[in-house]
Amino acid sequence: MVIDYFLSPEQKLILEVTERIGKEYIAPYALKWDEEETCDPRPLKALALADLFGLFIPKEYGGLGFGTFENCLVIETLSKYCAGVATTFAASGLGAYPILIAGHKGQKEKYLPQIAVGKKLCAFALTEPQAGSDAAAIKTTARKEGDYYVLNGIKQWITNGGVADLYTVIALTDPKKGARGASAFIVEKGDPGFVIGKKEKKMGLRASTTTELFFSNCRIPKERLLGREGMGFIIAMKTLDLSRPGVGAQAVGLAQGALEVALNHARQRVQFGQPVYNFQAVSHTFAEMAMRIEAARALVYSAARFIDSGAKNISAASAMAKAFASDVAMWVTERAVQMMGGFGYMRDFPVEKMMRDAKCLQIYEGTNEIQRNVIARELPKFLKPLEIG
Amino acid sequence: MRFMVCLKPVPEPGTVKVDPKTHTLRRESATLILNPADRYALEAAVELKEKVGAEVTAVMMGPPNAIPLLKEAYACGADNIYLLSDRAFAGSDTLATSYVLSLAVQKLGPFDLIFCGKVSIDGETAQVGPELAAWLNWPSVIWVKDIRPAQNGFEVVRLTDEGEEELEVRPPALFTIEPEINDPRPPSIKRLLEMLTREVPTLTAEDLDADPSHLGLEGSPTRVLDVFTPTYEEKKEILEGPAEEVVEKLVSILKERGLI
Repeated sequence: MVIDYFLSPEQKLILEVTERIGKEYIAPYALKWDEEETCDPRPLKALALADLFGLFIPKEYGGLGFGTFENCLVIETLSKYCAGVATTFAASGLGAYPILIAGHKGQKEKYLPQIAVGKKLCAFALTEPQAGSDAAAIKTTARKEGDYYVLNGIKQWITNGGVADLYTVIALTDPKKGARGASAFIVEKGDPGFVIGKKEKKMGLRASTTTELFFSNCRIPKERLLGREGMGFIIAMKTLDLSRPGVGAQAVGLAQGALEVALNHARQRVQFGQPVYNFQAVSHTFAEMAMRIEAARALVYSAARFIDSGAKNISAASAMAKAFASDVAMWVTERAVQMMGGFGYMRDFPVEKMMRDAKCLQIYEGTNEIQRNVIARELPKFLKPLEIG
Repeated sequence: MRFMVCLKPVPEPGTVKVDPKTHTLRRESATLILNPADRYALEAAVELKEKVGAEVTAVMMGPPNAIPLLKEAYACGADNIYLLSDRAFAGSDTLATSYVLSLAVQKLGPFDLIFCGKVSIDGETAQVGPELAAWLNWPSVIWVKDIRPAQNGFEVVRLTDEGEEELEVRPPALFTIEPEINDPRPPSIKRLLEMLTREVPTLTAEDLDADPSHLGLEGSPTRVLDVFTPTYEEKKEILEGPAEEVVEKLVSILKERGLI
């Protein structure tokens, strides 16, 4: 990090503990987990014992009461060591946001304390086979039957599927109304009719688990509805607005990790009688990588602080942080592989994993194309016509 | 039950300087970390506390700049933390150190069990634990790799040079802990935040009613004469000649050295 962000003593402390978890509980095993596609419970236990699952849960529910910015600091740091573990962590936060945003007191009291101590991991289930970028095209339904809702449908590519205990699921309570007929529900692992589908084989982020979810006459008590019927899509969009800077932070950490690994290599690798870092084509590439990372970090931190200020119009800032930083991470990790040459391409070294991991950040939580849609849609709200002359 | 854990601040490898006169470590100048082996001792005490219900007191002898390490111990599950710090303690060897720790046991006790790390990464003597037990006239079990609550105390498995030994231990007793016993937890951020503004109680030689003749360099029979990186030469001997002669010579050399 070239720029000092003048973190508070509390933020520094959070960073130190996370850094330590990265070094001790993640770094030695990251390549193994990637190779074996394992979501290992040990780093999650360490994160839980460090209270990090309660980072942005309010103190009254047993959390630490911090915000989006601190969440970004943690996700960034974890991603430097393994973006896969960071995904499991961040996706649990993503699944918890709808309860924070729309849960009533009883729901918060029931779920948040368990989430805060890491006893219950969460997942967020919006995407379906025919509803990815076009999220409003979801087909999963929730039919009200007396004191219950009965869910039917399929969710796809759900991070933490099977690993999570709590799932916030978006389903149509009024299919005729389309997106306006969507509602958000809490589904618990073990609910009747709720089945975890096959584990996906992914290109990257392989230390995190991604599965399908099947709902076949899945009966849940009506108290599991979050907010009111018809609010599901709004809750989902608000959730993504809050979580997207986290993907940006993941990208910054991942890119930073690639930079550090590759820089160390370039300063040691001798060709033509000198370290390859001495060659301008190499050193300028590193300068470019560092510049882009700093720019991405500045944007992510600003967006996160903007959100924490309580601002309302956060969609554009959130989308910018996500799209810009993940594009940077893709570029930086590809360059890191190139700067390490054959070493970079080998699975014995971490940068090829980082490059594979980076790709997903441009895709999940809304593709970067969708982010640009969001930014373009929001722009007129922020810009007034400038008249000169 | 009440457990005590002895913790040691050690210089982070690479940051240590040696006092040219006394040949002891200049701890004030170094970046201090918690002795890695002590983290397993602390974790063992905290895990046992979680099983049987107990109070864990972590005690550290060291300079005031070691306080953050004690706060870390609190964040890793210790209930009480104390720094034993006094100019008079400077230069203490294992005997003087274990003497001060024994006074802390008397002052802060009674304790049922004392947990120490197996060895420190700076001194590497592994003496303080057993010496502390000797000062207290307690039994000590070293190289402990498992502790289970039992009817009259604890069932303890310890490593030996030959293998393992299972013992029944009745408190009070002192254990030195093998790293394979557990995976030490990271500090709880909640507890670290709590410690940001909290003072750590410090006990001086006077607080402990220490006999000055047992403290510091004066109380330390150990004299460090020199500190150096050992060098050794590899001795190679190449036997040449017809195979039969070479084999015969090789056998006689091996016999001579008692290797066959």
